Amino acid sequence: MAEAAQTTPAADERIKQISPLRKALIRPELGGMVGTVAVFTFFLLFAFDSGMFNSQGVMNWSIVSAQFMIIAVGACLLMIAGEFDLSVGSMIGFAGMMIAIFGVTLGWPIWIAIIVTFVLCTGIGALNGFIVIRTGLPSFIVTLAFLFILRGFTIYLPQIIERKTIIGGIKDVAEGDWLAPVFGGKILQGFFQWMGEAGLITTFTRGTRAGQPVVDGIPMLIVWAIVLIIFGHVLLTKTKFGNWIFAAGGDAEAARNSGVPVNRVKVLMFMMTAFCATVFAVCQVMEFGSAGADRGLLKEFEAIIAVVIGGALLTGGYGSVLGAALGALIFGVVQQGLFFAGVESSLFRVFLGVILLGAVILNTYIRRVITGER
Amino acid sequence: MTEPIIQMQNIEKHFGSVIALAGVSVDIFPGECHCLLGDNGAGKSTFIKTMSGVHKPTHGDILFEGRPMHFADPRDAISAGIATVHQHLAMIPLMSVSRNFFMGNEPVKKIGPLTLFDHDYANRVTMEEMRKMGINLRGPDQAVGTLSGGERQTVAIARAVHFGAKVLILDEPTSALGVRQTANVLATIDKVRKQGIAVVFITHNVRHAMAVGDRFTVLNRGQTLGTAMKGEISPEELQDLMAGGQELAQLEGSLGGTV
Repeated sequence: MAEAAQTTPAADERIKQISPLRKALIRPELGGMVGTVAVFTFFLLFAFDSGMFNSQGVMNWSIVSAQFMIIAVGACLLMIAGEFDLSVGSMIGFAGMMIAIFGVTLGWPIWIAIIVTFVLCTGIGALNGFIVIRTGLPSFIVTLAFLFILRGFTIYLPQIIERKTIIGGIKDVAEGDWLAPVFGGKILQGFFQWMGEAGLITTFTRGTRAGQPVVDGIPMLIVWAIVLIIFGHVLLTKTKFGNWIFAAGGDAEAARNSGVPVNRVKVLMFMMTAFCATVFAVCQVMEFGSAGADRGLLKEFEAIIAVVIGGALLTGGYGSVLGAALGALIFGVVQQGLFFAGVESSLFRVFLGVILLGAVILNTYIRRVITGER
Repeated sequence: MTEPIIQMQNIEKHFGSVIALAGVSVDIFPGECHCLLGDNGAGKSTFIKTMSGVHKPTHGDILFEGRPMHFADPRDAISAGIATVHQHLAMIPLMSVSRNFFMGNEPVKKIGPLTLFDHDYANRVTMEEMRKMGINLRGPDQAVGTLSGGERQTVAIARAVHFGAKVLILDEPTSALGVRQTANVLATIDKVRKQGIAVVFITHNVRHAMAVGDRFTVLNRGQTLGTAMKGEISPEELQDLMAGGQELAQLEGSLGGTV
């Protein structure tokens, strides 16, 4: 028994007890959670009567938030793995344009166009990653190059093929296709119909759709966002691969010494980011029925801002998919909320800048606390 | 007399026109701490990298458990049971102790079609192993960044031992540490040795070497003058061998014997 007592050492007097509250606060999602509460409080107080919180209003900012969430999941995992992708926005434009060219100009069945586009775009993502790994250049530079390369092709290709920068008619060719509704369809329509009949949500009172609910289902865009968030969160926190993502971003050399396949992790995360951008593009193309050369402008920065608000460190190795999702939610709610509240929309950019700065300062503080740096 | 677990025979390593190792022979025995001493540039790093599979020797043979070994890369050496704990680059500060402990060797459990990281197991084992080494953790989710340098070395050593290392190569584990932390690491080396693991302890500090070493080999300019057993050699002699004798004798004179 004496030995057993020895193996349980006395509490070290130099380990300070930390309060459970402080411990609970030291997590990557802190900024995102505080921000979400603040944003909703603000708009509930100042824009409650504007229609922002009825069924159309909720659907409006949910769709915008879901768009941000889809690209934020990819950007988040990649940033934790220690790399950036600045080509996300261009990838969105490029992917949309490829679907239009394959499906409309070349007349392929739309499901083939979608699958080929996914393969092509994740392939370009892999190329991004491969160049970064092989050359050892910062991903900032490599993906900045691809930002211009992809955008250039997105403008050039439709001009030489169709002599215009927007290709329409995708809704017609997607009619009756089996894969298109996975991106452009809606679910739970019966439920919304029932809610409309029960008087829980507003219905059309006149016109051909009288009696039908104004919001008639949940767009697949939102379903994709939720699926990707759950996938990303489980992958990051609950799997072996997730540990490798943290390790690759935390210190690639130490991870390699421990047998983590750092290069494979990084290339796969570049592919994941490209995949998310393509999901975004396909949903958007199916919704609009057209592909435009200017789609996805500045999306890479919006994704990165959402991720940073969500608590990820720009230097990699730390962050949370749930946090990034909250960052995207804050983004969507504020962007649409300012519109509902009747505030000049250019102020949204001011808000973005301020919240980005605040989030980075908070993240730096949290990092110091967890690593014990001074 | 036990058999040596690793025999390095007449190892030569050339990098282009530079001869980093010019015929070094060392035997490593299980349950012993073999100190490899030498000044900067003496070839210590090249020697242990040859042992751990990073470099291939230009000439000479390496016998592992009596059989000649040819490791293609460090990964092979690790799976054979030769683990290296690097002076730096061993731990990731932002990750928790348990995530670091199992980095690259994550335990998994199956839940339906999913294969998940078994955090419960990882946390339990980490706490157990840390207690054995005498480190108090606030919890397994405590970030490695909050540990001191000595504690990080100890976590890295405990990790290597847990994953079945037969030979533990420690590359200057004490060079950046304070007095008390150094003592902790030396105590850890002693514990590991008593478990029957062969320890190769690289240092240029004679006092640290004398504290735990069973055998001492001094490397100087890519050569060795043989191996001394504990008690056969004095700290002063070791110091002289490391610096190449004469020069240090002169220096020592001018510094009043303080080196």
